[in-house]
Amino acid sequence: MPPKKAAAKPNVSAEELLGHYREMLLIRRFEEKAGQLYGMGLIGGFCHLYIGQEAVVVGLEAAAEEGDKRVTSYRDHGHMLACGMDPKGIMAELTGREGGFSKGKGGSMHMFSKEKHFYGGHGIVAAQVPLGAGLAFSDKYKGNDRVTFTYFGDGAANQGQVYETYNMAQLWDLPVVFVIENNGYAMGTSVVRSTKSPSLWERGAAYGIKGEEVDGMSVLAVKEAGERAVAHCRSGKGPYILEVKTYRYRGHSMSDPAKYRTRDEVQKMRDERDPIEQIRDMLLTGKHATEDDLKAIDKEIKATVNEAAEFSKESPEPALEELWTDIYAEVEA
Amino acid sequence: MATEILMPALSPTMEEGTLAKWLVKEGDTVSSGDIMAEIETDKATMEFEAVDEGIVGKILIAEGTEGVKVNEVIAILVEEGEDVPTAGAAPAAAPAEAAPATAPAEPIAAAPAAPVGDVTPDWDADVETKPTTVREALRDAMAEEMRSDEDVFLMGEEVAEYQGAYKISQGLLDEFGAKRVIDTPITEHGFAGIATGAAFGGLKPIVEFMTFNFAMQAIDHIINSAAKTLYMSGGQMGAPMVFRGANGAAARVGAQHSQCYAAWYMQVPGLKVVMPYSAADAKGLLKTAIRDPNPVIFLENEIMYGKSFDVPVMDDFTIPFGKAKIERSGDDVTIVSFGIGMTYALAAAEKLAEEGINAEVINLRSLRPMDTATILNSVRKTNRCVTVEEGWPQGSVGGYISGVIMQEAFDYLDAPVITLTGKDVPMPYAANLEKHALLTVDEVIEACKKVTYR
Repeated sequence: MPPKKAAAKPNVSAEELLGHYREMLLIRRFEEKAGQLYGMGLIGGFCHLYIGQEAVVVGLEAAAEEGDKRVTSYRDHGHMLACGMDPKGIMAELTGREGGFSKGKGGSMHMFSKEKHFYGGHGIVAAQVPLGAGLAFSDKYKGNDRVTFTYFGDGAANQGQVYETYNMAQLWDLPVVFVIENNGYAMGTSVVRSTKSPSLWERGAAYGIKGEEVDGMSVLAVKEAGERAVAHCRSGKGPYILEVKTYRYRGHSMSDPAKYRTRDEVQKMRDERDPIEQIRDMLLTGKHATEDDLKAIDKEIKATVNEAAEFSKESPEPALEELWTDIYAEVEA
Repeated sequence: MATEILMPALSPTMEEGTLAKWLVKEGDTVSSGDIMAEIETDKATMEFEAVDEGIVGKILIAEGTEGVKVNEVIAILVEEGEDVPTAGAAPAAAPAEAAPATAPAEPIAAAPAAPVGDVTPDWDADVETKPTTVREALRDAMAEEMRSDEDVFLMGEEVAEYQGAYKISQGLLDEFGAKRVIDTPITEHGFAGIATGAAFGGLKPIVEFMTFNFAMQAIDHIINSAAKTLYMSGGQMGAPMVFRGANGAAARVGAQHSQCYAAWYMQVPGLKVVMPYSAADAKGLLKTAIRDPNPVIFLENEIMYGKSFDVPVMDDFTIPFGKAKIERSGDDVTIVSFGIGMTYALAAAEKLAEEGINAEVINLRSLRPMDTATILNSVRKTNRCVTVEEGWPQGSVGGYISGVIMQEAFDYLDAPVITLTGKDVPMPYAANLEKHALLTVDEVIEACKKVTYR
């Protein structure tokens, strides 16, 4: 199935388009700031940016309902922002401070929010796939109709545990949407260099799981496909696979010189397919917003991100006692 | 407002780099994402992108300059019509100073607190007991906990319709149904991950591994997903679950089916690790494990499943973690063991008594938290210690105990601690070789005589 075209559909409201624009821009600006803070040495270790992939999480969050769960890999900042976690707490976790979501003990790759049903932030490639199916298992067991979005990359799609999970998820009709964020590169290895079956969603057919390929640069296409997937899962029909074709503009992590692709390839994506520019064009050509309106949003988001950055610098480092906390949950008497 | 462009850190270890090439010149307009320069790090040449928009007002570091420190101002961006500020403006704030590196003093293990040498009996003397096999005790423990808590379920290979590969889950499918007693495909990595996710989601899974040998396929989820999440999430969520199954050598099943994992799992903060010896241990500890809000490794032994012991007839019999049991009192030497190792320890103590050597035999039961207080109290009395286990010698449970004794009771020792273990070989198949690869009662007797100089 070819990628679905992002049609500027008349039934999309200005309000919705503006919402997508705002949410994607928040991720873009947040990540640019994170890259900057990394450059200044305020963020350490590994830092995987989401720039270019914003439409994936924003589109799918638009298809989610309250109580739905999500779990992902270490490239997790976008997912957290899209599900409504406070940018301050995310940035402060990146800088390893007390005000971070994990009190500074998790870092860029390991954040969680029980309140927003965000279950991490996992650093072992594909480990989140059975974990996501397990979260879906818990909802089915409890008898509610919640759905779990389980995100993983094209690299993870070659791990064996993905297929162990597909098998059980379909066997047990688990309400899980497997979202393959295919950004074309597993670190530095392109999809075609790692498999001769490059249509990743079709592998689900071996287990009887339905799925489709989606244009991941179009937030509207992602949302629409997300709604189909969610409807399938919520109605008790078991899992669904979305292979979302997306693109990351930055390196795998901050320390990736990105010599495995040309500068032109990246620039072409940015110029022709950028998810934020697409919505921006729709807003302007459809006369849903003026340049000034969008400038005002830009300014507002810049302020939010700057506030988060300030908080992440001012929040103190965790107290040394924190070294010894949260290793065990206390046994109730 | 002018924006200072700082020399970026482009890897976790970079402190300085070479400004190889400028791709912009003074007066150029840049916007977010434009490549400004190429920078050589210790690992690679990286392109450096603009984050802010503006006009390149001034380039302060010429291309080709080596040893440019991270966070040094390399250029200044200005807005249209703005003057370039004087070069060398104050650099941006450096990262916060690291706090003084004196971590709080901490005992040898960060393990959950163990009761301090509590030697009260597991049940009162007037409680009626009933002979029960370890197999039945494990089943009864699961059934009782499943009756009292709807969130508890059992998952594993052949646990439901087959009634358990070792018949541990006999009858559970009939009582609790297929929703709560779940046969899995043969897919340890996958179902351990699914169970861990279910625990994140608020359920209390019991995962049965047919044997712990197969859990090596799943060890990433046990350690990276189950044991570490509470810490990584700053206490927000963890994995209240039990991983249980047969561990260690059975009989004549060869190298890949005959390994003891006690020392492996005992090393991991975030896990609790127990290994019952008797049926009462099995029942009391498994009930505690199912209720515990942390991931628990519950190591059973196939040879012990059919052995019968007295189990108290009580509505709710539990044994706390971190409480060792003195199975036999004595003054001459302390023998510390756990699980099937107890069979050698107790048989040796019996024979030693005939020769006038009174051994005190400690059944550890839980390895993490470990009741080191009871060990130390005993060693301070007997001044000698022999540890007994079937696992391998290097990095053994006994090696850890020996270290604790040396650090905490060195002055009480009248002989070096002897750590008896299985032999340092993969398990052979031949009957005679297998017997030698494991422990013998004679080896325990000999070691006790050696430390008592008899």
